[in-house]
Amino acid sequence: MPFIPHTRKDTEEMLAAIGVPDLDTLFDEIPPELIIDSIEGVPEALSEMQITRLMHKRAAIDGTPSCFIGAGAYEHHIPTVVWDIATRGEFYSAYTPYQAEASQGTLQTIYEYQSMITELTGLDVSNASLYDGASGLAEASLMAVRTNRAVKSRRVMLAPGVNPIYAQVAEAIAGSQAITFESIAMDAKTGNVDFDSLDDNADPVAVVIQQPSFLGTLEDVDRLTNWAVERGAIVIAIVNPMSLALLKAPAQWGDSGADIACGEGQPLGVPLSSGGPYFGFMTCKQKHVRQMPGRIVGRTTDLDDKPGYALTLQAREQHIRRSKATSNICTNQGLMVTAATIYMSLLGFDGLVKVASQSQRNTKRLVDGLCSLDGVQRVFEGSYFHEVALRLDRPVAPVLAALAANDILGGLDLSAYTPELENALLVCVTETKTDEDIDEYIDAMRKVLATESARGS
Amino acid sequence: MEYRMEKLIFEKSRSGRRAFAQAPRETAATDIPDALRRTDRPGLPEASELQVVRHFTRLSQLNFSIDTQFYPLGSCTMKYNPRACNALALLPPFAGRHPLGPVSHGQGFMSCMYELQEMLIGVTGMTAVSLTPMAGAQGEFAGVAMIKAYHVARGDLERNEILVPDAAHGTNPATATMCGCVVKEIPTGPDGDINFEALQAALGPKTAGIMLTNPSTLGVFERRIVDVAKLVHEAGGLLYYDGANLNAILGKVRPGDMGFDVIHMNLHKTFSTPHGGGGPGSGAVGVNDRLKAFMPIPVVGAEERDGETVYRWLAEDDLPQSIGRLSGFMGNSGVLLRAYVYMRMIGRDGMRRIAEYATLNANYLQTKLAAAGFELAFPGRRASHEFIISLRKEAKTVNMTAMDVAKALLDCNYHAPTTYFPLLVPECLLIEPTETESKETLDGFVDAMIKIANDARDKGVSYKEAPYKMPVRRLDDVKAARQLDIRFQRPD
Repeated sequence: MPFIPHTRKDTEEMLAAIGVPDLDTLFDEIPPELIIDSIEGVPEALSEMQITRLMHKRAAIDGTPSCFIGAGAYEHHIPTVVWDIATRGEFYSAYTPYQAEASQGTLQTIYEYQSMITELTGLDVSNASLYDGASGLAEASLMAVRTNRAVKSRRVMLAPGVNPIYAQVAEAIAGSQAITFESIAMDAKTGNVDFDSLDDNADPVAVVIQQPSFLGTLEDVDRLTNWAVERGAIVIAIVNPMSLALLKAPAQWGDSGADIACGEGQPLGVPLSSGGPYFGFMTCKQKHVRQMPGRIVGRTTDLDDKPGYALTLQAREQHIRRSKATSNICTNQGLMVTAATIYMSLLGFDGLVKVASQSQRNTKRLVDGLCSLDGVQRVFEGSYFHEVALRLDRPVAPVLAALAANDILGGLDLSAYTPELENALLVCVTETKTDEDIDEYIDAMRKVLATESARGS
Repeated sequence: MEYRMEKLIFEKSRSGRRAFAQAPRETAATDIPDALRRTDRPGLPEASELQVVRHFTRLSQLNFSIDTQFYPLGSCTMKYNPRACNALALLPPFAGRHPLGPVSHGQGFMSCMYELQEMLIGVTGMTAVSLTPMAGAQGEFAGVAMIKAYHVARGDLERNEILVPDAAHGTNPATATMCGCVVKEIPTGPDGDINFEALQAALGPKTAGIMLTNPSTLGVFERRIVDVAKLVHEAGGLLYYDGANLNAILGKVRPGDMGFDVIHMNLHKTFSTPHGGGGPGSGAVGVNDRLKAFMPIPVVGAEERDGETVYRWLAEDDLPQSIGRLSGFMGNSGVLLRAYVYMRMIGRDGMRRIAEYATLNANYLQTKLAAAGFELAFPGRRASHEFIISLRKEAKTVNMTAMDVAKALLDCNYHAPTTYFPLLVPECLLIEPTETESKETLDGFVDAMIKIANDARDKGVSYKEAPYKMPVRRLDDVKAARQLDIRFQRPD
């Protein structure tokens, strides 16, 4: 019996101790008409050898194409140490640190994580993480409403660069609490906020600014932050933690800084893995800490006055507050945060700067190369971090399909997300790509564009 | 083993030290406008590779875990996490697959997801499954949101009350509130089943649905579940199944057959994906035909093309009434892969064995502890995969509370059971051994419990200051909350 240790003798002795004749009798409180004979839809068991063979076969179908897609999930080199240590059984198979004395490893790791992510975002305090970046925006919006009592509206304004999927997720999660989301108009030239469109009588409860934007552009975060603060709004920053090696931390945006920073932690040592598990980080100013959702670890002392770590501010949480909790969340993404903490410890700030700067350098090489081809140009002017929107002279989908046939995943078809961005392609390059990889992509694109059949319709 | 606390990684940091092999060799010139450029230097640690390895290895050794200790944490199903599940989910094509990669480079992954959906449909008796919720609590959210969407789609706009038993997990009422519903608590009867009369009285034209765990958080099977379902449906409400305790009935009884309309599963419990120190979870939802149209997206669909099965994402166009997206991509895919591998290794017949041996272990432990003089919360009842003992007697006579026993157990090298939950049993321990523990382990645990109780009773031993053998002794929670220290402060 896979993973069940009982010998026949064990089972017999245990049944005798309980005083029942067989295993079925243990279920005698269940109405007999509900008991099923067999289940459909589940095949016969495979041995480890068989499932290993099957999974290798399936993995081979997907292969390891050369990937130039970003859009919220980024391919970075993950040092061997990260998952070697994170999947040690003592991290991998432990649970939420309810028994603090027997969970100091997990608790101290989270405390160190909270310290690192606050350093990176510049804000005062952090929670132990949320599910992912998208749901993080939902939680941040709910938090903004709880904390911003001065503004009566429940309208959250989104800069045009906010990831459209994040907006959908926030709407699905926070929408049922009567929070509404509306987008600020985009300046077609820069891809950023159209400041002329802003209504100075607006009374948003929060303004969400994503930097770098979903379209790869760099927003004038200072101006937008100041505008939001003047309206009494909470400023929510969505940032890529890797970009913070080069870009101004949310705490320094505008005259007073963002109130809350959140985003996708995946670039910090978490594999792409088809979209998860990742982790959402959230940091905020000290004054908002009691409205922050999720677990928080604090340092305290034990009976001998020695330092130790424990979950704290639990009075905000569902297991205490039940229907009045700040969120229904009862876990963080412990294992992913463990990986990220190891990653940040290994890289240090200088390592992050190297990764981020090489990513930007590689992106520039690709963008310059592609834009030298006929029929490719940038959609927006201005600086970028490691993602850029390009406009092709034809629909993107058939071009991507032709590239994929050569095992090159050439980017994201933006028109599928933002219909007004016709024929637009979002590309991303990180430090993992060599000049040869990049040139191979440029070459493949040249050939595809030269092929009339890829022009599609 | 002697434990020693570690300094913080920040305190081990030395300016200018690097783990050289980890980053690209050089910093490249960058192009960022001055107004947007970072000028300060955040205080991340500066350490060598060996220092980092040693630091986090030592930290890991300060944890209890399934791999190192018996972990009978009630309601959490801390069973063995097979190593193959992890290794196979991290095969390079799976670990490196971009979530927005084309389906042409995802058929292998998607076939696993499709088959996982099918297997979960099979064990739950529902008609469709969405894998996207990222944890149990998000699965709950999806469930209640679907119930709400169902009523709204029918023009039934007044239904905003969610009934929740008083024994329920705290996430249930918190979820209902998040969905904009009003929570109505239903009391439990003395035998652990729901108070039927109170339920009848609570139902009405405002009832949106009821959230139930069966077996309940009290460790007993709700015997009148079919009548409960009938009653709720007659009142126009729907039934939500909290899958926290699915391990107890896997392969024996299906929530769909009990009359539930929607269920969330905790794949990190029943299907043995790692708890990871508190996540990632994975909270797939199953629905019957009533709620199929409202499932969270995306879902994996399959179609036959030229004699071959081709997988594709079902999203807004396929499910226009969906409650929407709950994650940036498709949920915790890597966790889902682990669950897939686990279910394939367990197989059809193995599912039933999980419920049988989890239940055998719980009833055996219950019998032994009762024989040793511990008070069962529901003595007349069969245990499901977990059960509750109450220490209210010991708390009065020898001043030994559930908390004291929990801490004393740590010193005996056992993780404590769940304490003080459910809230309605005083001084309770909720004990769930799971099917992967051997008889010897259970016997050892019983011996430890007996010794703890006997020492308190016969020798006057107090556990108020236990544990003694852990890396730290009891921590000052009040100080932790009052003098908030939740990050390292750099000495300036």
